[in-house]
Amino acid sequence: MAYAGDDELLEHVTGKEYEFGFTTNIESDKAPPGLNEGTIRLISQKKNEPEWLLEWRLEAFRIWSEMVEPEWAHVQYEKPDFQAISYYSAPKKKAQLNSLDEVDPELRRTMEKLGISMEEQKRLSGVAVDFVLDSVSVATSFKEKLGELGIIFCSMSDAVQEHPELVKKYLGSVVPKTDNFYAALNSAVFTDGSFCYIPKGVRCPMELSTYFRINEAGTGQFERTLVIADESSYVSYLEGCTAPSRDENQLHAAVVELIALDHAEIKYSTVQNWYPGDENGKGGVFNFVTKRGICHLRSKISWTQVETGSAITWKYPSCILKGDHSVGEFYSVAVTNKRQQADTGTKMIHIGKNTNSTIISKGISSGYSQNSYRGLVQINKSAKNARNFSQCDSLLMTDHCGAHTFPYIEVKNSSAKVEHEATTSKIGEDQIFYCLQRGISEEKAISLIVNGYAKDVLNKLPMEFAVEAQKLLAISLEGSVG
Amino acid sequence: MLHIKDLHANIDGTEILKGLSLDIKPGEIHAIMGPNGSGKSTLASVLAGNEDYEITGGSVTFGDKDLLDLSTEDRAREGLFLAFQYPVEIPGVSNINFLRTAVNEIRQYKGEEPMSAGDFLKLVKERSALVELDGKLANRSVNEGFSGGEKKRNEVFQMAMLEPKLAILDETDSGLDIDALKIVAQGVNAMRSPERSFVVITHYQRLLDYIVPDFVHVLYKGKIVKSGSKELALELEARGYDWIKEEVSA
Amino acid sequence: MMTTETVNVQDEKKSAFLGSISSAFQGAETYATLRKSAWDTLSKFAIPGTKTEAWKYTRVGKVINHSWMKSHGNSQINLPEIAIGGLRYVFVDGLFRADLSDELTYPGLNIRRTGENAENNLLGTLSNHQGDWFEALNAAFFNDGLVIEVDKNAQIDRPVHLVFFTSEENTASFSRNVLSLQESSSLHVFTHYIGSEHSTFSSVVTEAFVGKNAALKIDKIQEGNETAFHHVDWTKQDRDSRFDITTVTLKSSWVRNDLNIRVAGENCHSSLTGAYLPSGKEHVDNHTMVDHMVPNCESDEKYKGIVRENATAVFNGKVFVRPDAQKTNAFQQNANIVLDDTATMFSKPELEIYADDVKCSHGSTTGQFDEEAVFYLRARGIGEVMARKLLVEAFLADVITTLSDERLQTYCTEKIQQLMHS
Repeated sequence: MAYAGDDELLEHVTGKEYEFGFTTNIESDKAPPGLNEGTIRLISQKKNEPEWLLEWRLEAFRIWSEMVEPEWAHVQYEKPDFQAISYYSAPKKKAQLNSLDEVDPELRRTMEKLGISMEEQKRLSGVAVDFVLDSVSVATSFKEKLGELGIIFCSMSDAVQEHPELVKKYLGSVVPKTDNFYAALNSAVFTDGSFCYIPKGVRCPMELSTYFRINEAGTGQFERTLVIADESSYVSYLEGCTAPSRDENQLHAAVVELIALDHAEIKYSTVQNWYPGDENGKGGVFNFVTKRGICHLRSKISWTQVETGSAITWKYPSCILKGDHSVGEFYSVAVTNKRQQADTGTKMIHIGKNTNSTIISKGISSGYSQNSYRGLVQINKSAKNARNFSQCDSLLMTDHCGAHTFPYIEVKNSSAKVEHEATTSKIGEDQIFYCLQRGISEEKAISLIVNGYAKDVLNKLPMEFAVEAQKLLAISLEGSVG
Repeated sequence: MLHIKDLHANIDGTEILKGLSLDIKPGEIHAIMGPNGSGKSTLASVLAGNEDYEITGGSVTFGDKDLLDLSTEDRAREGLFLAFQYPVEIPGVSNINFLRTAVNEIRQYKGEEPMSAGDFLKLVKERSALVELDGKLANRSVNEGFSGGEKKRNEVFQMAMLEPKLAILDETDSGLDIDALKIVAQGVNAMRSPERSFVVITHYQRLLDYIVPDFVHVLYKGKIVKSGSKELALELEARGYDWIKEEVSA
Repeated sequence: MMTTETVNVQDEKKSAFLGSISSAFQGAETYATLRKSAWDTLSKFAIPGTKTEAWKYTRVGKVINHSWMKSHGNSQINLPEIAIGGLRYVFVDGLFRADLSDELTYPGLNIRRTGENAENNLLGTLSNHQGDWFEALNAAFFNDGLVIEVDKNAQIDRPVHLVFFTSEENTASFSRNVLSLQESSSLHVFTHYIGSEHSTFSSVVTEAFVGKNAALKIDKIQEGNETAFHHVDWTKQDRDSRFDITTVTLKSSWVRNDLNIRVAGENCHSSLTGAYLPSGKEHVDNHTMVDHMVPNCESDEKYKGIVRENATAVFNGKVFVRPDAQKTNAFQQNANIVLDDTATMFSKPELEIYADDVKCSHGSTTGQFDEEAVFYLRARGIGEVMARKLLVEAFLADVITTLSDERLQTYCTEKIQQLMHS
């Protein structure tokens, strides 16, 4: 079948500047800039957290203080001043909301500009949206309906209050505080995020979705997401990001942890279009994210991402294939344009027997950008009959950009089979000519060809997201071939 | 409809077209034949606007437009269609989506509303039947994994969809078995009309049994050296090109 | 790219190592500027460790935690005979042995010992003594080697056969070679590195300059036993030239090969092939880099290995295409067979591309013998041992057959079979 939204996409290749480059004026309750134990105590106290979580944060802070910001990625940027960031910012007018009508009208307008009119989302697609503006969850829908099935889908703050046993058990279980510089920072200062628990044997009937957005100037965002799929359950989770344009760089250091217990399946999809900065590389979001899932017996985790935004991307959604017969997948399209720099890929850590992983990565570089795939496939001694297949393709649109492939393949088991293939090539001039001869404009021709090139990944996205992703690809590559 | 006058074109500094002239009126079918390397495919590429070729002299008017002034896509939108000798594969882009884009861009150029999905699909169904193209091919990626014959039929199908004023068939018959050839010809014949002209570039007279030309031209060393009726094609088939070459050098 | 961290605290291990090396190898007076610069690197940077990306998978304790001496240079040795009719030049424990070598003269060639008479102005111009710690070590302490120049238009009909033999226990040897091919000349070099049963360390850096339209072929065979090898080859290609190199690592407790090719002229062809089959506790690390600096060149790389019994192999191949190097065709392939669960393979094929009109691809596979093929052969009456032997041979064949001389191919094939069944 023709895949979703081809036509709709083509009608929308009209946007010019960053579509969501606007700000919303809502009063915020903002902590003074700076990071020390006091800041963390303040966050914890504001959120009315239990003692154990405060201790956990403080320990993370101590660990972070000893760490050095990593430099191995193929990116260059001015390091953020962690003392100049405000670590807590919550809209002041937080109220108990029973319906959308109670949402601050200004905020409603923001949501509408973002194209996520909640009524429409509800009516048309059955998506439950946990909308996060800056760091505090403002509205959660479909909660009741999910509640009937025993599914918990709420903000991390609520989860801490209402389901402390689950949070305590799983928080940091996949991405420990010590994992890396940004994960440690996040553990110390995270303000909110999403929490999701699917009970045993339950198949979540709808796509769960969260939209993140950085709103407050100079506010770093430290989201913490925890998704737990109990035995034999299934969930598809969507995460979408948009951010308004800003001149100063903004830091985003999220942590996402996925736990797929025996026979469970988690599908985690991301469309990311944080503000990439302008033509001269001024502004834009620094996206330093740690995403990792653990697979137990015969479970499956599938990461799909479409990355078009951020000035700097440092992101490796990974799978620890601990359980026998578990499956990890990573499908990625990363587009860079202007002065963007992306260093992204995945890690597939094979521990269990008969574990299987697939990596499909499609990089598209344009403008003066640098786009790197970095991936690790590690087959441990115990991972008998492990299988991996990786395909990493790069498409170059201009002669000023760069496309790089850095796979790390580590094999310690003789029955494993690991295959990696990569190609780098230019967008086909004969293909463009063919389209032109049929009366298609160059811009549309490129959009068609690029979407075709990325199709293997776009097809993995849920329908609603595929449309948005295709629009994003087209918008991101506007004017890229000259 | 198409007036080519004293056209000269180079590729990489080598002159391929050396003063070619040709006049095509609405509704006519012109066959262009000639030995390998005489410039047949160059003519097709130059008319379509391939930038690998440099125009060094002459003029081409298409309708009331200076063709050489138009971009490739505007030539297409004005109604010039090239059935490629080697259609390129575009992985991941479905034939149907590709065509829908083309149809609507052309309509937009003409100031028309986009075609509705229903009308479009109806047209696809109708026109793909002309070349007996399997409906499934419409949903496959453009030319990807198509057999040689399917690619050529797909070219004719696209022509039928875009309804050009002038269609140039660049060796559309090469590599086709007789059944495929008949299907292609049948598609072309179905598209014949008093307003639509065709330029059929071919090596072999065989195709012209099925697409009967009004005129046959022999292209040799970058020029039309002989023109005649369809009988000329039969003569070429029987006698080869050597006598033409001799006539030219004489 | 240099990632070695600057050391603020005095590294005791480093100073002990450098102290013992300098006292053993003092006295070299030539190349003062180069040695000074190398020494700066040694002082400034730490010994490469896990955090040094280029040394991520290779531990250097085998070399560093050892007190090395300089050889007396008079060991009696039995050279293995590989008769390929070459001009043979023999180094034992790093020192040239005229008694075992041919005359240093041959039509079309100009051969000198490194450092003899005037300093060679090419030496040190390619090797990265300002970045890589181990290359700096060689630059600081080398005391022998050959400079071989090939005259313009000279097609040298006999291969140059270099033997680097290490024998004396606890000796280190630092050799340095320069190969310089003038326009339209050609040369075949066979370098045989032979280690010993004793702990020794062999550091050899070879800088090759392939002139316009010239062709250089290097065949390298390494068999080391207890010798640690650090062998570095730098090659710079001028336009229309051809460079082919085959590296076969038969055996050695610790091997680190760095092969760097700078393709500096248009229309060049570069080919790199390699085979390795570490077993026991051996460690073989092949790092390669093809730097496409200019347009219209092609490079073709193929490394294959069989890893077993606690051994570790590392392949890190980088293809670098600079912004101006349009129309580059670069192909890279790494294939490995891991025979048992105690063996480890690290493969890191890298593409770093800054030009758009290029065709570059790489592939890496790690797996095991095709058991169906084994079964098929057995079903045709071939015994299992023989079947596996045939498959080993077949797997490595496309590397071994790139050795320029059939006698070298036969030599390697036989050695490989012996090693696989010992």
